[in-house]
Formats: sequence, C-alpha cells, structure tokens
Amino acid sequence: MPDLSIDFCGVRSPNPFWLASGPPTNTAYQIMRAFDAGWGGAVWKTIGEPIINTASRYGSIDLKNERMMGLNNIELISDRPIDVNLREIAEVKKRFPKNTVVASLMVESKRETWHDIVRRTEDAGADLLELNFGCPHGMSERGMGAAVGQVPEYATMITGWVKEVARTPVIVKLTPNVTDIAHMAAAARAGGADAVSLVNTFNSLVSVDLDTYAPRPSVGGLGSHGGYCGPAVKPIALHMVSAVAKHPKVKIPISGIGGIGNWRDAVEFILLGSTSVQVCTAAMHYGFRIVRDMIEGLENYLEDKGMSSVMELVGKSVPRIEDWGNLDLNYKIIAKIDAGKCIGCNLCYIACEDGAHQCIRVEERPRGDLRHGVDLKHVPHVLEDECVGCNLCALVCPVPDCITMVQVDTGRPHMSWKQLQEARGKSSQCSAEELLAGSTKPHH
Amino acid sequence: MPNNPAARLSPEQLEKNFEDINPPLTPAQALEEGSRCLFCHDAPCIKACPTEIDVPQFIRQILTGNRRGSARTILGANILGQSCARVCPTSVLCEGACVLNAQGRKPVEIGKLQRYAVDPVIASGIQLFKAGAANGYRVALIGGGPASLSCAAELRKRGYETVIFDANPRAGGLDTYGIAAYKMRAQDVEKEVAMVRGLGVEIRNETLVGRDISIAQLEQDFDAIFLGIGLGATDDLQIPGEELRGCRDALSFIEETKSKTLGEVQVAKRIAVIGGGNTAIDVVTAARRLGAQEVYMVYRRGPEEMSAFDYEYELAKKDMVVFWWQALPVRVIDDGHGRVAALECVRTERGAKDARGRNSFVPVPGSEFQLEVDMVIKALGQKRKTDFLRQIAALELKNGCVVVDAGTMRTSHPKYFAGGDCVNGGGEVVDSVAHGKKAAAGIHKALEATAGKRAHAGSKH
Repeated sequence: MPDLSIDFCGVRSPNPFWLASGPPTNTAYQIMRAFDAGWGGAVWKTIGEPIINTASRYGSIDLKNERMMGLNNIELISDRPIDVNLREIAEVKKRFPKNTVVASLMVESKRETWHDIVRRTEDAGADLLELNFGCPHGMSERGMGAAVGQVPEYATMITGWVKEVARTPVIVKLTPNVTDIAHMAAAARAGGADAVSLVNTFNSLVSVDLDTYAPRPSVGGLGSHGGYCGPAVKPIALHMVSAVAKHPKVKIPISGIGGIGNWRDAVEFILLGSTSVQVCTAAMHYGFRIVRDMIEGLENYLEDKGMSSVMELVGKSVPRIEDWGNLDLNYKIIAKIDAGKCIGCNLCYIACEDGAHQCIRVEERPRGDLRHGVDLKHVPHVLEDECVGCNLCALVCPVPDCITMVQVDTGRPHMSWKQLQEARGKSSQCSAEELLAGSTKPHH
Repeated sequence: MPNNPAARLSPEQLEKNFEDINPPLTPAQALEEGSRCLFCHDAPCIKACPTEIDVPQFIRQILTGNRRGSARTILGANILGQSCARVCPTSVLCEGACVLNAQGRKPVEIGKLQRYAVDPVIASGIQLFKAGAANGYRVALIGGGPASLSCAAELRKRGYETVIFDANPRAGGLDTYGIAAYKMRAQDVEKEVAMVRGLGVEIRNETLVGRDISIAQLEQDFDAIFLGIGLGATDDLQIPGEELRGCRDALSFIEETKSKTLGEVQVAKRIAVIGGGNTAIDVVTAARRLGAQEVYMVYRRGPEEMSAFDYEYELAKKDMVVFWWQALPVRVIDDGHGRVAALECVRTERGAKDARGRNSFVPVPGSEFQLEVDMVIKALGQKRKTDFLRQIAALELKNGCVVVDAGTMRTSHPKYFAGGDCVNGGGEVVDSVAHGKKAAAGIHKALEATAGKRAHAGSKH
C-alpha cells in the first residue's frame, strides 16, 4: 500500500488532503468530524478579531443541471472570539495528535498584534501557521487580507514580523488578484515564509438577478464583490501553482488550493508542485465524506504508477511547463474520426467550420424517418491536409475516443519560435517556411 | 345497451384509469432531460420531423429559461405542436433519430420537452403569431382537422382570408375525436384550435360541404380550396352478423369517449376488437379502462405484421388484453334477440409474402372457434371519401386518395390543394400538419407570389 503521508516543512501529515480555511473549518466540532472522515489536516477558519457577517453570503453559478460550478462568498473571517478558537484548537490537537492543524491568522498590520496572536496560537498547539494575505472582500477594505497580499513590501514585512516570534513553520496564503502571483510568492519568501498556499479566492461578482437587478448574493437588495472558488477556478489555480513552483526565488513547499474536488484534481495540483492540497467548496457542497474516494483513488493511482509514496509525485509535471517560445513548431498532429464510434452529431464539423479552421466536411443530412427506414447518421470527415491539429473537434466530440489526434511525422527537426528567431538571424534571406524545414539556404 | 353490460366504474376510478400516460415534466426534470441534448448541427431529429421543428434550438431555449421563445420555435414550425408533443410516435420520428441512440444511450425525450415548452404558452392564451397584412385572396378549407388547421394558420400569416368548413361540432378532426383520452383530452385540442382562431381563421362548425354549402358555391367564392377531409367511416368486415346490436366501429367508439364524459360510455363485460393497428390498441385499452372484464384483440396475422407501434402494443399488454393472433373473423353470432353473442373466427396460417413484403394469411379449414363476447368493435382501415371527391371535376384519385404534387400539394384540379389522411390514406397528426404547411406554401406560390396582391386587399367580399 503506497504511503500517503507527507512531510510539509517538517510537519508530518497522514495524507495530503487538508480542508482549506473556510466555513467547513469554523469549529472543533466540524474539524473533528472531518478528521474522523479521513482528512489529513485542516486549516482553521481565519482567526482574528471577531467580525459580524451579512446574510446572505454565498452565490453560485450552475452549468445546465450541474450545481455550483463556481461559488462566490462575501463571508468574512471567524465570527467567534479568539480564545474560543484557540481553546478548540487545543482540544482538537489533544484528540487528533496525528492530524495536522493549521491556524489561519489575520490581524491588523501592527507588529505587536501579530506577535501576540502568533504566540497565543502556537501555545494552543497549532502545527503550522497560515497567514491570510488573500481574503479579497471586506477584510481588505479594513487594510487586511488582500490589502497586504497585493503589496509585495507589506507581505514581506508582515511575514518578517511573524517569523520574528514563530516557532512553527509559517505558510503565507496568496491572493490570485495580482498581476504576477509568483512575484508575491517571492516576496513572502523574502520575508522568511517557510511555505506558500495558493490560491485564495478570485474577486468576483457571481451574477445579477434579472428581475430585481440586485447582484447575488443580495444583502437587502445590495451586493458587494466576493471571492470566487470551486471547480470553475481550477485551471487558473493550476497555472498559478505551476508559476510559483517554477519561480527560481520561491522554491519552498506549496499547499495547492482551487477547485479541488476529487483525487484526480489533487494529483494535478501535486504534479504541478503542491505538497499538500486544500479543499473547501467540494466539502461545502457534498460534505466531508468525499475524502474517502480521494484517499482510495490516490492510493490506487500511486499503486498503478508503481510509486511507494505520494511525495514522489510532487512537482513531477513542473519541468514540462515551458515558455511558449520553446514549443516545437514542427510537431504536427491531425484529427482522425473513428467512423464506427461516430454518432453523427456534427458538433466537430460546426465547431471547426465556425470556430476554427474549416477542415471538416459533412454532407447535408437527408430528410426522413425510421418509418421509411432512413438512417440519418452522417459521419463527417477531416480534410487532413488542411487540419491544423488544434484539438477543438476532439474537445467538442461527445463520444470518448471517437476523435483522436494522431501524430504526423513531418521529418523536420525540432524548431521552436526561439530557435526560429535565431535561425532568422543567421539566414535572414530564408523564408519562415524554409527555416522550419531546416533549410539554411533560400530556394528561389 | 349490449348484452352483459360491464359495471360502470366510479368517476374517480375512471379519472384514474384515463389519467395522462405521459405526465408533464417538472422544471427539474426538463432541465435534466434538456441538458442531455447535444445541440447537434444539422440535427437528425429536425430531419426526421415531418414539420422540421428545430428541436435543438427549442431545447436550448428551455434551458435558458426562454420558454415562450421555445414555444414559438415549436409552434412556428408546427401550429399543432401541443398535440404532436402528446401523440407523435416519437420513437420512429425525432427520438428515433436522436444521435444518442447510436451511442447506446436513451434518446432525449423530445416529445416531453416539447410539451413542457408548449403547454403553459397555449394555456396562457398568448398569441405568438400575427396575421399578415390582408392580400385580398380567400381560401376555403374543407375539413377541420390538423391538415386544414395547419394550412389555414400558415395562410393567415401570409395575409390570406381563410374559412374552414367543418362538419363536426368541434374543430380538430381526429385530433379532437380520434385520440385515446389518456393521451389527450378534447379540451386540450380546443386551446390549440383557439390559437388558430386567434390568428383570424374562421371556422364554420357543423357545416357539411355538399349539404350546407355547395362545392360550386365554394369554387365561386374562393380563390383556392384546400381539401383536408380525412377519411370516412370504418371499413366493413363483410361477414354475416355485422349488423347486430353490439357490433360497432372503432372510430365512433373513440369519438364517444372523447365527446361524452367517460361515465356515459357503456361497454360490455366481454369485447372482441378486430384489427392490428394503433386504433385497435386505442380501443382495447379504452375498453379495459372503462371496465370491460375481458378484451380480446383479434388479428388475422401475427404480431410482427401488426401496424401498431411497439409502445402501443406494450400499453395493451399492460392493460391485460388477450391477443388472438392469426385469427380471421367469419361471422358474428346472434343471441336470438338481434344482439351479439359471440364472434366466430377461423385460424389462419402464414402464406407467401405480399407486395408490401408482409406475410399473407391463409384460413385453415376446420379450425373455426367462437369467442363468447357481448360486443364486437371493428378497428379496420377507414373508407375513402370517394363519393364526395368525385363531385370535384377532374380530380385525380388513386386508390381513393387524392393525387397531389408532392412539392405544392396541388391536385389535378388547379384550384384545389389537398393534404392529410385524404392524401396519404391515413398518417400521423404531424404528417397532416406538414401537408397543410406545404399546401399553404403551394397556394401562396400559385396566388400571391405569382399574381401579386389584389387591388382590393383588405376589403371584405
């Protein structure tokens, strides 16, 4: 059985699945239920001076009949007194000594205040600290959360204050609402951060009620921008995690966050450099029980890959993230449609025709019905010489493995845009086509 | 009153027995079902619909919450979209063509979604379509069924004055009188007819052409005439005893269930229904649901040759109808008082294939047997209305059906166009609607498109 336990800044966690700081980690009651269900760790809902929340707090978008593809919230940090939260942290650690408890913190930007909260939290027994420099709504208006995380100097400074007193490893949680999140990660690192977690939620206005004209969630007819998360943000989060993982000035452990709902999502985040992953929306949607399949799915995956520890996966895909300019312009694939599998929906045709490169043809379907024995299935065909290998047809095809992208040997050497630029410099009289073909002398 | 009348069921029981077999979808069901549609390009469901309803489009409109737009998409292509949503044999039309079938998946339930889109719009009485500016031409439509309603609605959109002459007290034709009550009630059709009337189509009910108004008069008063007269009475069995009390035809029986309250329809305890088509199924199921204890379906061929659709056959099986395959009625037996006592049949064997590729049937001598029944209902084909049609000069008929140009639905008489059952010998509602639409375009092509608008457009005759 592969080992799912991880080492995160020297803290051992039973598995990489942590609950992210948020509504599911509001109380000891919830976190203990989560640990019973199998979660390896939990990041306590951000502790600070208690706030007062609004109603309602959440809004979401659905995709046809799939609920909550994206979730937006305007909820703030913990509304419970600091000492209550700390007492409960102590209780959870006593009952679940092996599980990882991370205390998420956010206080006003004063050195003494940070020192005080760090000391008190460590005394309560938290394994790790997570500095919430990410909350995009409400708290940022008060000079906290994203207001800190969006200014690299502040992030460095406050991380530095914390590190002055912290005995436990410090994670800085990053906001994605910046131009370059990797730069912010480097700023945290410069302040002494032991790890970063990302992403916090995205600034968002999730929807507007067409009848009342009020945004959702509506607080008595008014709304405010909130933080967006859930499955919809996963690709953006993956990119940001990979950017941080590749940044030469970061090179500290990452806790990946953003739309993770199952083991497959988790593996992607781990492959791109996350040591642990954090989940919130999926737990809010389906409850803590989802972790069971996350654990089993990851175990089976590692077993299938012949790996003995999940740590072997960490960052495995990072070297495969390259600048566009290093991609091979001579790598060619074309679409192949399996006529046997094709059900004749013509979505590949119309996608290529209207949305891509007009490389698929199909006859117009005749009229008629089964009463007259008319078979209306029509299989489109690819104009292989025209196909640019963009993949769109395979993406829209509803039948698994019906359209495959097949590599075509062009017989040409690897030629990236950067290489092409170099070749242009050397043989300025050659056309781009000649250079791509590996020629250094023009054919006139 | 037949021999051994079946005990009448309570109104509650009857309501239950005849409740909608395809109850409407809830919003959640519609969303789930609609989400399964792939939004095919050049979709086969459109091509398999005789009226070419843009199915992916109307489903998408349901999903976006544009139900009125969805209804408009449907009814714009098929003014009787409400009826068709209930009575179309979708498994051989749109749903049979759905690409999901090819993947071994359940096709999208297009009929149910169509009903979901159309029902509330029809019920609300919103008029989705406007009559065109009057062009001065007048068209008479004979028969008040789906073909005429569809043709008239299309013509009104183009500005024609239209008058439907319908012999029945209520318009709708077989849509009103010939569809099993658990599929559609007569009042459902009424709303649809109201929408057609709302376009400005004049419907003269209880007006039989040839009796109440002459063909010559119509020819004089109107620029074109559309024949949507359907078919006539049920074919005779041509066996002894057919005239006995308790022996009746299927169409009048169904009509009775649609024009009276169900409690007023009297059935016998034991009934034999003769035929193997969808109408025969409608009758056997209705008879069972009205309280008949034993219902036999008697068919001279086997189940493979039956023209009823599979899902109809399933309905009859669920209603515990007893099937007598390969049984040919030879006489109806008198109880001595002029009433039905039994049906005598002879066993048949399969013979050589006929011209249509069906097995023929050959009676087996000496294999006669009797079914003790109190009622015999004939669900055979319908007669052609050749007596009426022959009154129209130079109107070409083939096998009693009106011959038309397939593109324009124009008959051999240039003033006459035709569609529906009188042309195809008996089809689906949707086929008649398609004919009506096509005929309207044909009439338009023959009149305004060729000759232009009339100078006195807008004035009344």
